[in-house]
This record gives sequence, C-alpha cells and structure tokens, in this order.
Amino acid sequence: MTHTKSSGATRAHNAKVMNRFELTKRLVGQLKAGEAVIGGIGNANFDLWASGQRPQNFYMLGSMGLAIPIAFGVAIAQPRRHVIALEGDGSLLMQLGCLATVAERAPKNLTIVIWDNGIYQITGSQPTAAPAADLVAIARGAGIANSAWAADEADFDRLVTSALKGEGPSLIAVRIDDKPAVATTDRDPVQIRERFMRGLEVKSASA
Amino acid sequence: MATKCLTKNNTNFSAGVPVFSDMKDSQTRASTWHETILATLKANDVKLIVYVPDRVFTPLIKALHADPFFTTFAAAREEEALGIITGAWMGGLRGAVLMQTSGFATIPNTLASLVVPCQIPALIFVSERGTLGEFNLGQALVCKTVRPVLNSLAVENITITRQDELAFTVDRSIKQAVATQAPVTFILSPLLTGGKVFEG
Repeated sequence: MTHTKSSGATRAHNAKVMNRFELTKRLVGQLKAGEAVIGGIGNANFDLWASGQRPQNFYMLGSMGLAIPIAFGVAIAQPRRHVIALEGDGSLLMQLGCLATVAERAPKNLTIVIWDNGIYQITGSQPTAAPAADLVAIARGAGIANSAWAADEADFDRLVTSALKGEGPSLIAVRIDDKPAVATTDRDPVQIRERFMRGLEVKSASA
Repeated sequence: MATKCLTKNNTNFSAGVPVFSDMKDSQTRASTWHETILATLKANDVKLIVYVPDRVFTPLIKALHADPFFTTFAAAREEEALGIITGAWMGGLRGAVLMQTSGFATIPNTLASLVVPCQIPALIFVSERGTLGEFNLGQALVCKTVRPVLNSLAVENITITRQDELAFTVDRSIKQAVATQAPVTFILSPLLTGGKVFEG
C-alpha cells in the first residue's frame, strides 16, 4: 500500500504490520471473565465473528464510527465488566470526538483497539482521509494517556493483559495488513442484540 | 396555548396532571416543564442522560447534573450520544439523549442502522428550534426535516406543547418504548418551553 502526494506524510511509528484476524484471536484468547466486545462496522466485527461467537460479542452492522460510544455505554452500565471496542482507523476518523468524551469520563473498564491499515478496506480499499495520522498521538492529545502502538504480536498480548487490569481507559493501536476478514457476520440485528443482552446477563437465557 | 407559553414560569399548571401509581405525588406536582421531565425520567428509572446542549434545555441540564440519581454528561456529537445510550441499554441501564433540532439532523443514519434495527428503546428529547419566532434561517430549514425523517423511519414522535399533558405523555411513552422495544422522540415545542428568542 502506498500513500502518494499526502504532503510527504510518513508514519510516526515503526510498529510491525500484523493481521487483524490473528490478533483478534489472540485478544479473545485472553478473555476469561465474560468481557464484552463491540466489533465495529465491517471487517472489525467480521473477524470478531470468525474468532468464535461469544455471547458477550456485539457485531455492529451499521452506524459507522460508533463502536467506541457503544462500548462506553456498556462500560457505564456494567462497571464491573471489562468492555473492549474493536474499531477501524477510518471509522475512528469519522468520530474522533468520542476519544475526548471517553477521556473526560475516564471509565476504568474500557479498552479501545484500533485496527489501522490506512484504507477503507470494505468499500474498495481507498486510502482513508488521513492514512498517516498518528492515532495514538491523537488519543493521547484527547486525554487517553494510556495509549500505545503495539510493536508486534507479543507486545499486543502484553498491552491487552495490562489493559484488562481495569486501570483504563486505554487504547491499543495496531498496524494491520490489507487482508479481508475471514468470514462474514450473520446480519440479523435483533438476534445479535438479544444474544448480547443475554450474554451480559441483562436478560436471562431462558427468557 | 400561546398564553400558557408566555407564562411558563407560573406554577399552577400541575393541577390537571394525573397521578400515576408509580410516581410519587410530589413528582407529579412539579411546576415547570423541566421539573416534570426530570421527575418523570426518575420515576421510570432512566438514569443516564447524554446531551449536546441547547439553550432551552439549560435548566433541565443543570437540574440533571445537580441530582445524583442521574449520570449526566455531554457528548461531542449527537450520534455519539445515541451510541452511548444504546450500549447502556444493552448493558441494562436506561438512558435518554437531549439535543436541538439541528443536532437531530445528524442522527438519521444512527437511527436507521442501529437504534431501529436493533430495537433499542432510545428516549430522544429534541428542543424545537426553527419555528414560532425563529431568527436563524438555518434552524428554520432544518426544523422541517425532523418529523419527515422520523415518520419515514416509523419512529414514534410526539410534539409536546402543553405542560398539563407533559407528565402523562412522557411517562406513558417511556413505558411504551420499553415495552415495545422501540425508540421514541419527544419534540418539545416553544409553546411548552418558551423557546429561544432573538435578543439582539
């Protein structure tokens, strides 16, 4: 992937380019306490779906940019449950203000993971509005001090372990390749929402 | 009705407010529109309030912040506010959003691709700008989009003009939203709130 004529912008970090599905599996593998995961629109939730359909997963089929606000809302409602938002870089660019809102409220049980490939992959892999933007610097500037690029897979694992301790909010940004998701979420919003609410024990499984 | 709006700070509109079995008498005796809304939200266990401000909402927002029953804060954008209360509902916490008409115009995609298809009983309070004495042409135009958007999505929307109908309308509509798992929009007319007038 090349970014041309974008005012000579270069990436502000040397993070390894990794694979979203592989890292989604590594993330889910660390979840042992019923953590909620919100998968953002497109490949973020497709790969979450492909990683195994935990009842505590919510798959966002529209409303681009709202994975973090939705996760934040869950985190407010259930302060004892850790909540993770998986969001693409293009989606985050659409709703940057939410980082400042999260920083201001500072929910300890919220972790944000940004998959950054610099492209709108699902619409034809066009470069995003700002493929070279340093999203970690933006998050820190918004007030989420605990924000970092994952240098490689082992560093990602370490950052996730640290984030799950509940001293958030924290943000982990990951450079990823341009490979599409390995599966596609069943597009049934009511079933997704209903299963999620049962997974969060808001509704009983027998209801 | 117009006379009522001009005297909205008077205190005797509560005489006709019906008493609900699950609302304390003191709550139904609220005397202003914002006191009535606060009391009705509380009676229905709506604890999370996320807003993008509006001048007309100022007394309501102040009162919500001052009441520890509520978790109240501003979001940077109306879509974001709606996303937050959607997550909260799925996590077991009832929430409402406050915005003005121009802010409403930023949320149709969130309604159409999240709130409506996921059957979220989002409670949306819109302060109506753009009518009954508007001084800003942009507000006057964007106001005209609110009801057609809501009607095209089949989202319940209720324009409230009268203090004596406010508690009943909001209370019953919150209960209906929750029972039917569907959003509801309350459009608060200047006839109820006094609106915002040109001071220049």
